[in-house]
Amino acid sequence: MIELIVYGLVHGSIIALGAIGLTLVFGIIRFANFAHGDLMSAGAYIALFLVTGLFSWLGIPDSNFGPLSFGWRMLFAFPISMLCVGFVAILLDRILYQRLRRKGSGSVMLAISSLGAAFIIRMLLLIFWGADSLFYKPGLLRHALELPLGIKIRPDQILIVIVVLLLITLLHLFLQNTKLGKAMRSMADNMELARISGIDTERIIMLTWGIGGALAAAAGMLYGIDVLLNPYMGWNFLIPLFAATILGTIGNVYGALVGGLVIGVVQQVSTAFLLPTYKPAVAFIIMILILLIRPKGIFGGSSK
Amino acid sequence: MEIGGIIAYLVSLAIAAGIYAIFCMGLNIQWGYTGLFNIGIAGFFCIGAYTTAMITTPAPTGVYAKYVHQLFGFNMPFIFGLLGAAVICGIVAFLIGIPTLKLGEDYLAIATLGIAETFRLVFNNEKWLANGARGLTGLPQPLQKLLEDWFDLAPRYYNYIYLIIVIIIMVLIYMLIERAIRSPWGRVLRAVREDEVSAAMSGKDIFRFKMQSLVFGAMVMGVGGALFAHYTKAISPGMFTPLYGTFIIWVMLIAGGSGNNKGAILGAYVIWTVWIGTQLLTNLLPYTLKARGPYIRFLVIGVLLEVILIWRPQGLLGEEKKVSTMRDKDST
Repeated sequence: MIELIVYGLVHGSIIALGAIGLTLVFGIIRFANFAHGDLMSAGAYIALFLVTGLFSWLGIPDSNFGPLSFGWRMLFAFPISMLCVGFVAILLDRILYQRLRRKGSGSVMLAISSLGAAFIIRMLLLIFWGADSLFYKPGLLRHALELPLGIKIRPDQILIVIVVLLLITLLHLFLQNTKLGKAMRSMADNMELARISGIDTERIIMLTWGIGGALAAAAGMLYGIDVLLNPYMGWNFLIPLFAATILGTIGNVYGALVGGLVIGVVQQVSTAFLLPTYKPAVAFIIMILILLIRPKGIFGGSSK
Repeated sequence: MEIGGIIAYLVSLAIAAGIYAIFCMGLNIQWGYTGLFNIGIAGFFCIGAYTTAMITTPAPTGVYAKYVHQLFGFNMPFIFGLLGAAVICGIVAFLIGIPTLKLGEDYLAIATLGIAETFRLVFNNEKWLANGARGLTGLPQPLQKLLEDWFDLAPRYYNYIYLIIVIIIMVLIYMLIERAIRSPWGRVLRAVREDEVSAAMSGKDIFRFKMQSLVFGAMVMGVGGALFAHYTKAISPGMFTPLYGTFIIWVMLIAGGSGNNKGAILGAYVIWTVWIGTQLLTNLLPYTLKARGPYIRFLVIGVLLEVILIWRPQGLLGEEKKVSTMRDKDST
């Protein structure tokens, strides 16, 4: 059981990373971005292209760091893929969402547009890589460390939690201490007030997409390192992501972190009683319960 | 291909598009007239198909019972399958509506998405319920036995009969919706869509009207799911994916024109023709790329949706102005 909770925290930290991006977009740009899961897949596959394609062509060594399952190639690919997906997210906003915003289309139109974008991204991944599951390092034996209490954990998984904590700390410092971060928070509070105070809202929207996309890419790559890559992985993450976002109150970054961890742990613990394939359904049930009991999430005021 | 083959092909195209047109009309009640954001159509599709399958097939007996598991099997006529599918979908919609309809529109979207995925998982994994991933087969086709016995109708011509059945049901649903939407009830729905607050201030119970619209739309979708199941005669959970079950229906409705039932039908036929047409094109691809054909076709559909949203959000027909039927009678 303790082992399941530990695995849940690892999985939950990946969900949290995705949910933070989703909640930022939801809170600041105010629509449900159904393409967020597929941005995760895109990040994972861009890293795959770099690791197995470009970097091997460039002759970067393929050796691993100590007990980890990756080396220099992944270390370089990680930030590059984050940048790329941040850029893709901004590009999608420029091509699609910005036009719809300017026409005064409602948030539902934006959400439908993002649903279309999600399918476009996934179809591109399927066209280039096919539907099979892939690995960054196929056929690698992955050893587990034995921790006290009989918990077996792979070094990769410890690193995943560290990377997630590092990224979230950076985001925290950015939001609390920089002018742009403060502008972002003020826009999440009140869009009109922010605009009147002279904040360039379009610039903040771009920044939000950039950060959201980059975090999604990181989450996708970490999942790829932990488990595997599949074009449908992002879509399967979508319900846990939304569950975490709603649980932690829409627009609340720290809430998304807590929500992600809770969803991850409950999903993992549920595998003791249910088939593991039911994980998305478990996240869905949690979400429905929250909507019934506390629709504004744990950090929102009481409903109504 | 000889001419008979081409006609048979067109008939199957018209049946599939007709079934999709019914889904579009169901979505049109929810989205087009009331502004309810349902992206879990695949869930209602799935429930409708499975309900009719369990109502119209007999429970497996003897040696079959070893290999085929299903919870029920009533062996009842087609029409009960259709009605049952509508009722069960209505109940499911009601249950989803309770936690979500009082909240913002995005919540309904996320919840319907979740329910669609959950149903697919349940049908895939629970073998006792409806034979798991292998699904159910041997669904009866309405009137087929009768026609074969009395009129010697060859099975290969049966699709003509089914096309007529689909079109009759499509027209009935169309008339029913048109009637409802021109009634005072329909006007309240559109008032809710345009401005919830002012509709509430006029003393309308928003939650109740939204719920009625959600349930009505879901029942229409249930009928669509049932018609689909009796057309393919075999169903499995893998058929009800978000792509075929939800996304393409949204594209059809938006392409045809939300808030317009004629648009919903037109959109279904146009997009289904595009979908089939692109298949003819991808068949020309070299062998190595052919396996990726369906992805390329869905990419085209996705791009088409974005293009419509940006350049022609009202769709081909746009919303029709609905006036009460009473008014015409008064003025003449």
